[in-house]
Amino acid sequence: MKVEQISVFLENKAGRLAEVAKILGENGINIRALSLADTTDFGILRLIVDDRAKAKEVLKQAGFTVGITEVIAVEVDDQPGGLAKVLTTLADNGLNVEYMYAFVEKSRDKAVLIFKFENLDKAIDVLTKAGITILPGEKVYNL
Amino acid sequence: MIFEPEWECMPRDELKALQFFRLKKQIRRVYENVEPYRKKMDEAGIKPEDIKSLEDVRHLPFTTKDDFRENYPYGLFAVPMEKIVRIHSSSGTTGKPTVVGYTKRDLDTWSSLTARVLAAGGVKAKDVVQIAFGYGLFTGGFGLHYGVEKIGASVIPVSSGQTKRQLMIMKDYGTTAIVCTPSYALHIAEVMEETGISPDELSLRVGLFGAEPWTESMRQEIEKRLGIDATDNYGLSEVMGPGVSGECIEAKSGLHVFEDHFLVEVINPETGEVLPEGEWGELVITTLTKEGLPLIRYRTRDITKLYYEECPCGRTFIKMTKPSGRTDDMIIVRGVNIFPSQVEEALLEIEGVAPHFQIVIDRKGYLDELEVWVEASEKLFFDSMRKQKELLDRITEHLSQALGVKVAVKLVEPKTLERTTGKAKRVIDKRDLPKYVPSKYLEEK
Repeated sequence: MKVEQISVFLENKAGRLAEVAKILGENGINIRALSLADTTDFGILRLIVDDRAKAKEVLKQAGFTVGITEVIAVEVDDQPGGLAKVLTTLADNGLNVEYMYAFVEKSRDKAVLIFKFENLDKAIDVLTKAGITILPGEKVYNL
Repeated sequence: MIFEPEWECMPRDELKALQFFRLKKQIRRVYENVEPYRKKMDEAGIKPEDIKSLEDVRHLPFTTKDDFRENYPYGLFAVPMEKIVRIHSSSGTTGKPTVVGYTKRDLDTWSSLTARVLAAGGVKAKDVVQIAFGYGLFTGGFGLHYGVEKIGASVIPVSSGQTKRQLMIMKDYGTTAIVCTPSYALHIAEVMEETGISPDELSLRVGLFGAEPWTESMRQEIEKRLGIDATDNYGLSEVMGPGVSGECIEAKSGLHVFEDHFLVEVINPETGEVLPEGEWGELVITTLTKEGLPLIRYRTRDITKLYYEECPCGRTFIKMTKPSGRTDDMIIVRGVNIFPSQVEEALLEIEGVAPHFQIVIDRKGYLDELEVWVEASEKLFFDSMRKQKELLDRITEHLSQALGVKVAVKLVEPKTLERTTGKAKRVIDKRDLPKYVPSKYLEEK
């Protein structure tokens, strides 16, 4: 039920994000979703890609600091209130979201929410019980 | 004014005779009372009676900071602890600090020597002296404090920091002399400009600056902006603290070394060979009168040159130029001594790995800013910003504690730090001191 996410440390200077995108592109790696958390000095780039092993390898070779973290992907209807329902469920169960980002599926009327929790298993349990769809990794990588 | 003219203006030949007499006595004392010295001298095959002239001092082995570490804390003391009345020590909290001890007579000598420094810098009995050096284990504050009292001037022991409060006191209490680091003096000037205090509202006359290297152009800027006469003074805690040498206000060129208490040599730092007068090299000091912690040929690591010239002030002591640089990798930030190895040790303590790092020093405004750039290795990198910031805060706190000065930590991408021939370049000092003074201040002078 968990999805593996690539994270990359970026110094906050021109061209660093472009460099990551270029390396991934040259190696035929497709980006499914991304988010960037930034401070004045540095940023943390988080990516869901189709081939994470290769992405990690090529980025490391290019000198980037790369981590792999487990997150979960939740599927909701792409309509008003879709996100609120998920967040309310989490709040009601006292689950704190470490960070999240979202993207819309191309072919269907669905949106995918990527969540990071301190306790992923508990979150999976809570969301499943509330009837919320959690996408398995393989499905997310190949969306 | 000369505080002790009977010593400070001695004819050179009498001074040499006095130095030799005191040197002989000192060497006999350490040989008898300090085991590490006796061992070193025995190994070198030299006995106290082999010292037959002042020049023979060069046959004695050097003393270094390593000797302090090996004999930590009190192993180099020449008297039993009951005779020690004061302890000071170096700032380092990683690794072993150097510990120094003073007997009652040492403290009396020390205050006379700092009184000499103050008098040479223009301080008189009627002055009100504000000491903005740190008080505590650092020798700067206490060292000059007792000198001021000895001269009979009034001392205001404000200690360092809180610039606006310093200025309020300066204005309201009628401070006429200020004692601090030269960069702090410029910072005070800047805060004065910001808050609209003109030098005319203050009673400041003279400033005595030390504890860090500075330049002629900084002197001119300080003098101009604070409306004072600025002089330099030098010392190091191992040898005594401030009071080893000081500039006279009459010449403001070079620091008179108080040779009746210190025998100085300049050596080639690589070969250890003694260099003739006028040549640049490492300053080596032998204490001639210290009881608690006598030092024989202590290698200061400071680079300077010694020269004798007749001075308008009347002092007959030799002069040393402002120290310019070090023979080791020590850097001085806001008067605090820092070794890159301390940063390495502190980083090692955090995650059990020593990441690549670089120390970057810059002057923002007039105060030194110390940044430590750390390469973000996988161990130091998180996908969560909260955890990343927590780690960054933890490193910042730990480094600031370990170094005794505020540090800003910056994470950088791996392999971005400059390396020279594969070896990491540890320190980047952007304070190009001679260049840093805005030229407008020099042209107007």
